[in-house]
Amino acid sequence: MISGAEIMVKCLEAEGVSVVFGYPGAAICPFYDKIYDSDIKHILVRQEQNAAHAASGYARCSGKPGVCVATSGPGATNLITGIATAYTDSIPMVAITGQVRSDLLGRDVFQEADITGACEPFVKHSYLVSKTEDLPRVFKEAFHIASTGRQGPVLIDIPMDIQTNEIEEFVYPDSVNIIGYKPNTKGHAIQVKRAIDAIKLSKRPLIVSGGGVLSSGVKLQFQDFALKTRIPVISTMMGIGVMPSENELYLGMLGTHGKAVANRALHEADLVIVCGARLGDRAVAAPHQMSENTTVIHIDIDPAEIGKNVKTEIPIVGDMRNVLDMLVENIGDYTVPEQWQETVKTWKKDLFKTPPVFDGYVEPRTLVGHLSAMFRSKAILVADVGQNQIWCANNFRIREGRFLTTGGMGTMGYSIPAAVGAKFARPDRDVIAICGDGSFQMGMNELATIAGNKLNIKIIIMRNSRLGMVRELQDKNYNGRHSATILQGDPDFLTIAEAYGIDCAEASSNEDAENIIKGIVDSDKPFILVCNVYPDTPSI
Amino acid sequence: MQYTLSILVENQAGVLSKISGLFSRRGFNIDSLAVGVTNTPGVSRITIVANGDEYVVEQLEKQLNKLIPVIKVKRLNNDEFISRELILIKVHCAAAKRAEIIKTAEIMQAKIVDVASSCVTIEYCECANRVNTLIDLLKPYGIREIVRTGTVAIDRGTASVSV
Repeated sequence: MISGAEIMVKCLEAEGVSVVFGYPGAAICPFYDKIYDSDIKHILVRQEQNAAHAASGYARCSGKPGVCVATSGPGATNLITGIATAYTDSIPMVAITGQVRSDLLGRDVFQEADITGACEPFVKHSYLVSKTEDLPRVFKEAFHIASTGRQGPVLIDIPMDIQTNEIEEFVYPDSVNIIGYKPNTKGHAIQVKRAIDAIKLSKRPLIVSGGGVLSSGVKLQFQDFALKTRIPVISTMMGIGVMPSENELYLGMLGTHGKAVANRALHEADLVIVCGARLGDRAVAAPHQMSENTTVIHIDIDPAEIGKNVKTEIPIVGDMRNVLDMLVENIGDYTVPEQWQETVKTWKKDLFKTPPVFDGYVEPRTLVGHLSAMFRSKAILVADVGQNQIWCANNFRIREGRFLTTGGMGTMGYSIPAAVGAKFARPDRDVIAICGDGSFQMGMNELATIAGNKLNIKIIIMRNSRLGMVRELQDKNYNGRHSATILQGDPDFLTIAEAYGIDCAEASSNEDAENIIKGIVDSDKPFILVCNVYPDTPSI
Repeated sequence: MQYTLSILVENQAGVLSKISGLFSRRGFNIDSLAVGVTNTPGVSRITIVANGDEYVVEQLEKQLNKLIPVIKVKRLNNDEFISRELILIKVHCAAAKRAEIIKTAEIMQAKIVDVASSCVTIEYCECANRVNTLIDLLKPYGIREIVRTGTVAIDRGTASVSV
C-alpha cells in the first residue's frame, strides 16, 4: 500500500524534479513528512509568495517547470501573486497546495480557502483532487500542461485525506491524453511562405523579439536567423537577452520606457516580424496606429495573442523553434537592403548614452552599464520592479547570460526570490539581483533563505529613499504632489545585512561601487551593495 | 451583433465557472446559456448566445479554446442553424378570457399544460423570436410567471459539432 503523500513525492521524482520551494502548514504536512525522506531538495522560503517567485526564477533558468508548495488557506492565498506573475510572464510552474479534508470542504473550517476558485483567472489549469487514485494522472497532466504550448502555472489543490489515503500501487502514466489540449506547434506552411514573400519584398524589415523566443529555448537559432538576414532586432521587456546588447543589429527595448531608437525603428519599418510577444500597452502604446503602413507578421504559440493587440496581416501559430527552422530553410540568400542596414548602424551609435553624474551619488544607469563586463559572460541579472527595472532593461549589456524580470505583471519584490530560484537552477553562474529600496523591502525576508543556503547571490540596492517610478509619474501627471512615495522609517540596510550575516558595503560614487564589485565578483559568498542614488535620476 | 456559440466540454467540476468567468473577466455579457450532456459519455455541450462585435467574438472563441476542458468551439452561422428555447408561462385567466387565451395558444401551436381556477400554464418550444411573440400576445392578460431555458441550437443539414 502507498499513501497519497508518497505518491505526490514519487510523481515529482518521476518528473525529474530536484528542488521545490515551499512553506509547510497543517494541511500539507503528510506531503512534508514524505519529502523529508526524499532526495528532492526542499527550500524553505520565508513567505509563500516568494516560493512562487523562486520557482519562476528556477524555471526560467533551468528550462523545466518550477515547483512551489504551500499549505491551505493563507498559505495558498499568499501564493496567488506569485502564480499570477508566472501566468502573465508565461512561466512554466506547478503549484501544489494542501487543502482541508474533503468531507469538510465548503464548511469554512480553519485555514480553508477556495484556492482553485481564487486562482481561476491566473492559472493555465487547476485541479482539486478528489481521489488518491487520480494523483499520478493529475501530476502527469499538470507538468505536461505547464511546460507545453504557451507555458504557464498549473495549480494542484490536494485535500488532506487524499494525501493520507492509501491505494494498492503507484503507476506513473507514460503519456497524457487531454482531449481539449493539443497545442499546435507546427507553423502553417502557407503562412510561412507568405511571410517569406513579404520579407523579401520589404525594404525596412524589423524583428520584435519577445519572451516566447526564450521560452522556446531557441536564442542561438534566432540570432543565426537575424545575423544571416541582417534584419535588425528590438525586444520587449521579456525578450531582453535574445540578442547580445552590443550586437550591431540590436536596437534595444521598445515601448514607453524603452529606447528612442527602438521606437524609431518600429515607426519606420515597413515590415515587422513579432516573435513570441504580446505587445502590451507598455510595448506599443497605440497599437492600432502601428500597422497602417506596416505589414505585421506575428509568430506565437498562442493563437489568442495574434491580432489581440496589433492588427496582423500574416499570422503564424506555432512554436518559435519550428517556425524559425521553416523560415531559415526558406529564406534563401535574402539579406536586408543596404540602405536600411546603414540606417540601423547610425542608430546603433545612439543606443547607449552616458548620463550626467550627480556628485556624492551613484549614477545607476552607468553602473548597470558597466556591470556585465565585471561579471562572467553568462551572468544572470534579475531586475525588480520600479525605476531599477528600467535602468537595468535599458543599460545592462547582456552577453551570453539572462535578464530576468517580470515584464507582464510587474510585481515588486520579485528579484530576490527569483534570484534564489535562478541560483538553484544555475549554481555555476553569477547571479545578481538589482532592486530599489522599495522593492528590496518587499523581498528582503528571503535574505534568510540566501544566508541559510549560503547562496552566492550579489544584491545591489539602488537607494533613493523614494518609490521612484511612482514619484516620477507624480512629477509628470500629478503636479509633483509626492503622495506616499517618500520612504520614511527605512532601516539601515547595512545593519540588516549584518544581522543576516551577509557581507555588505555602501557606495556613494560609481568609482566606489565598481571597486567594491570588483572586490567581490570572485567570492562565493552573498553580498549586498547599497548604492545611494540621486532621487531625481530619471528612469530613461 | 448577436452570435451563438456551440461548445463541447469535458464534463468536469468547475468547467461552467471557468467559461462564465472568462466572459465576465473580459467584460462580455452572456444573453443566454444552456448546458446538457451529449451522446458521448463525459462530454457536455454548452450553448451560449451573446452580443459583441467581430473582434470580441474572435477573441472569445480563441480564449475559450485555451481552456483545457474545452474540446471544441464553433460559432454557428446566421440562419444556417435551428435554435429552440423552452418556456413555461403562467397567465392570469379569468373564466371569460379562457377561450381567447386557448385560441391564442392554438394559433401559436403552444400547449396548455395546466389549468387552475384563475390561471393557465402554457408550454412553448420555439426559437427566441417566436417565444417573444407569444409573450407579447399573452401580456395583456397578465403574466404571473415565466420560466425560460437558454437557447439550444444545432446546424442545419449535415454539418455537426461533435467530438
